[in-house]
Amino acid sequence: MKLSFSAEDEAFRAEISGWMADHLTGPFARLKNRGGPGDEHAFFEERRAWERHMGKAGWIGVGWPTSAGGRGAPLSHQVIFYEEYARAGGPGRVGHIGEGLAGPTIVAFGSEDQKRRFLPGILSGDDLWCQGYSEPNAGSDLANVRTRARLVGDRWVIDGQKVWTSLAHVSDWCFVIARTEDGSSGHRGLSYLLVPMNQKGITVRPIQQMTGTSEFNEVFFDGAETAAENIVGKPGEGWKVAMGTLAFERGASTLGQQMAFRNQLDEIIAIAKANGRAKDPVMRQRLAEAWIGLQIMRANALRMLSQAGNPELPREAYVSKLYWATWHRDLGKLAMDVLGPEADVFPGEPGTYELTALQQLFLFTRSDTIYAGTNEIQRNIIAERALGMPREARA
Amino acid sequence: MNFAFTEDQLLIQDAARGWLGEFAGPAHARKVMATKEGYDPALWQQAVALGWTGLIVPETQGGLGLGFVELAILMEEMGRALYPSPFEATVALAANALTALGAERYLEAIAAGDITATLAAGNAIGEVTATPVDGGYRLDGLLRHVPDGARADLVLVAATLDGRTALFAIEGEVAGLTRTGLATMDQTRRPAELRFEGVALPAAALIAADAGRALALALDRAAVALAAHAVGAAEKCLEMTVDYTKGRVQFGRPVASFQAVKHQCADMALAVETSRSAAYWAACVADDCGHNGDGTALALAASGAKSWAGRAYFDCAATAIQLHGGVGFTWEYDVHLYFKNARALEAVLGDGAHHRERVAHLIGLDDLAEAAQ
Ligand SMILES: Cc1cc2nc3c(=O)[nH]c(=O)nc-3n(C[C@H](O)[C@H](O)[C@H](O)COP(=O)(O)OP(=O)(O)OC[C@H]3O[C@@H](n4cnc5c(N)ncnc54)[C@H](O)[C@@H]3O)c2cc1C
Repeated sequence: MKLSFSAEDEAFRAEISGWMADHLTGPFARLKNRGGPGDEHAFFEERRAWERHMGKAGWIGVGWPTSAGGRGAPLSHQVIFYEEYARAGGPGRVGHIGEGLAGPTIVAFGSEDQKRRFLPGILSGDDLWCQGYSEPNAGSDLANVRTRARLVGDRWVIDGQKVWTSLAHVSDWCFVIARTEDGSSGHRGLSYLLVPMNQKGITVRPIQQMTGTSEFNEVFFDGAETAAENIVGKPGEGWKVAMGTLAFERGASTLGQQMAFRNQLDEIIAIAKANGRAKDPVMRQRLAEAWIGLQIMRANALRMLSQAGNPELPREAYVSKLYWATWHRDLGKLAMDVLGPEADVFPGEPGTYELTALQQLFLFTRSDTIYAGTNEIQRNIIAERALGMPREARA
Repeated sequence: MNFAFTEDQLLIQDAARGWLGEFAGPAHARKVMATKEGYDPALWQQAVALGWTGLIVPETQGGLGLGFVELAILMEEMGRALYPSPFEATVALAANALTALGAERYLEAIAAGDITATLAAGNAIGEVTATPVDGGYRLDGLLRHVPDGARADLVLVAATLDGRTALFAIEGEVAGLTRTGLATMDQTRRPAELRFEGVALPAAALIAADAGRALALALDRAAVALAAHAVGAAEKCLEMTVDYTKGRVQFGRPVASFQAVKHQCADMALAVETSRSAAYWAACVADDCGHNGDGTALALAASGAKSWAGRAYFDCAATAIQLHGGVGFTWEYDVHLYFKNARALEAVLGDGAHHRERVAHLIGLDDLAEAAQ
C-alpha cells in the first residue's frame, strides 16, 4: 500500500500540466473554471471547441484501453490527469457523458462494429451524448420504464418520454432504455439502444432548474428511429447493460470532480479569511471538517480504484456516491454561511437572475443527492447489497 | 501509487484476525478487565511470539522493520477484537517514539517481549519539569491519563529541561514516583496517574535532550494507530448490529427489513469505510514521512484521521446500542464494551475539536494577512 507517486508518474504530471498551461490560453483562456455543475450553459460552443482540441491531443479517453483508441493509462496517470486538469482550471467537459458513460459501456458490452462506429466520435470530441434513463414514472424505480421500441424492418421505432435528460438539447446521441418485449415488466424485456438525437421523431423541451438555467430536458419520442444494429447487448439485456453504465459513474473521473471540489473549497476558505469568518471557532471547525472530508474522499476513491480488478464491488465503492454527494451538498451550505447576509446577493439589477459561482454551488448541490441514485436509494443499496440485509418489499 | 494491501499485508491481516478472533475476542476482554492487571501476560507472550512487539522495530534491533500501514493493520484487528493488552502503550507509543528518536536502547527488549513500556508525553495531561542536579536530573510534576502508566515496566516520560522537551527513561519503581492506576468506565484501557516528587535519575536516564520534534512525530503516528483501532471496532459494531437485526423478529419480520434500521446501518457502513480510507491514508503519509521528514502532511493526515474515525466509532457504537433495543443496554451483550471504549478513545491523544482546530490552523486559516493582499 503506497500513496506516493513515482518519478515516472511525476514526468507524466509535468506533461499534462505543461499541456494545460500551453493550451488553456488565447481564445480558451476565458473558459478557465467555467462550465461546471450549475454553469453548464457558460461558453458552450467554445467549450465544444475545447473538447475537440483535447481530442486532437489525445486527452479524451485517457483511461480507456488502447484497443478502444484510448491511452490505456495506468491508474496513477489517470489520477494525475484529472487532478492536473482541474488544478489548471480546466473547464467543465461537454463530452463527459460520452467519455465517462457511453464510451465505457460500448467498450464493455458493444460489438466490434459498434466500437468502430461510435468510439472515434467520442475520442475526437465531435459527438456529444446524453443518458435516457429516467421517465415520469421511472425515477428511483428505473425498471418501471414505459418507453417502447419495436423492430420494424431494419429499424427500431421508439415511442415514449424521457425526463431530466441532461444536455439532451445539445447532444448528438442518446443511450435509451426502452421496453422491447410487449407485456414485459420490471427489468425483464428492456433493451439498450443508441439513438441519434437529430431527427424529427424526437422533441426536446428544456426544463428550467431552480438555478434559473436549463441543464436538463424532457425528451419526447414519437416514432423516432434508430438502425437495428444500434442495440448494445441482445434484446432483453438492457437492464444488465444499463447497470453496467451506472457502475462507470464510479470511475476515475470522480477524481477530477474532486479537484473541482477542491477549487471550490479553496475559494470558500479564501473568502473566510478575507471577511474574518476564519476567526470564528465554529466556522473553523466546519472548514477544517470540510477539508478533512475532501482528503478522505480522495483516499476513498483511490482505495476503490486500486481494487478495480476485483470481481466483487468493495464496500468503499458502495458508499462513495452517498459520501461525495452529501459532502458536496454540505459544502454549498458552508459557502453560504461563510458569506453571511451577502450570500444572497449577486451583481446586477433586481429582477435579473445571474447567480455567482457559489450561489450556483449552493443550489446545484441540492441535486447531487438526487441524481445518479438518491441518498435514500444509495442507503438501500448499501444495506441490501453491501451488508446483506433483507430487500425492500416490492409492489 | 497503489492504495491496496500487498500480499504480505494481507497475510498479516489474516493472521491477526484469526488469532485475535480465536483467543482475544470480547469474551477474553471480559475476563481480564475484572482483574487489577487488566491483561493476560501468558496470552501477551503469544502475541510477542507472533512478532507483534517487534513490528516497527528495525531489523538490526531484532524487529521486523515494518511500517505504519502494518501497524494500522494490527491496531484495526485489535480494535475489532477489543483485545486489552500492553500493545498500544508498548508498540504504538513507546517503540514508535524510540524509533522516531533513532534510540539505541530498549527497542531490542521491547521486540523480544522482555519488557512492556509506555510513553508519557503530549498524550498525558499535566506537566513534568526536569532540573539538572549533581550527576543526573530531578523530576517533579503530575501526569494523568498515562496509558498503562501503572503497569508498564518502562516509562518514557517527557519533561521540560532548559526550555526544551527532553525524554527520560524510568525502569520500574523509583523513589519519589507514585504510579496509581485509575478506575475507568472503559475497563479495556488502563490509564494511570504518575506523581513525580523529587524523582532522582542518573544522567544515563536521559534518552534525548531535545526530543520535541521526534515526539510530535511519534504522537501523530500514534494517533493514526488509534484511528485504525477505531475502524476495526466500529466495523465490529456494524457487524454485530446487522447480525442481530437480521435475527430479531418483530411485527412478523426481521427488524433488519425495516428501512429505518437499514438506513442507519448504511450510515454506519459509510462511517466505517470513510474512516478506513482516512486511517490508511494517514498511515501511508506516516510511512512516506519517515523519521526525519517534514511533519506537516502527517500532522494534517493524523488529525484528520483521528478526529474522523474517533467520531465514526462513537456514532457506530451508539447506533449499535439503539438498534439492539433493550439487550443493547445490558451488561451481557458486548455492545457496551465498544461504546465505552469509543468514548474513551475519542478523548485520547486529543479529541475531535482539538484536531479540527489544528487542521484549521495548518491549512492557513490564521494567515489573514495573506488574504488581505
Ligand atoms: C440535475 C439532474 C440531472 C439529471 N440527469 C439525468 C440524466 O441525464 N438522465 C436520466 O436518465 N436521469 C437524470 N436525472 C434523473 C434522476 O436520475 C432522478 O431524478 C432520480 O433517479 C430520482 O428519481 P425521481 O426524480 O423520480 O424521484 P423519486 O424516485 O420519485 O423519489 C422521490 C423521493 O422518494 C425517495 N424514494 C424513492 N424510492 C424510495 C425507496 N425505495 N426507498 C426510500 N426512499 C425512496 C427518493 O429518495 C426521493 O427522496 C437527473 C436528475 C437531476 C436532479
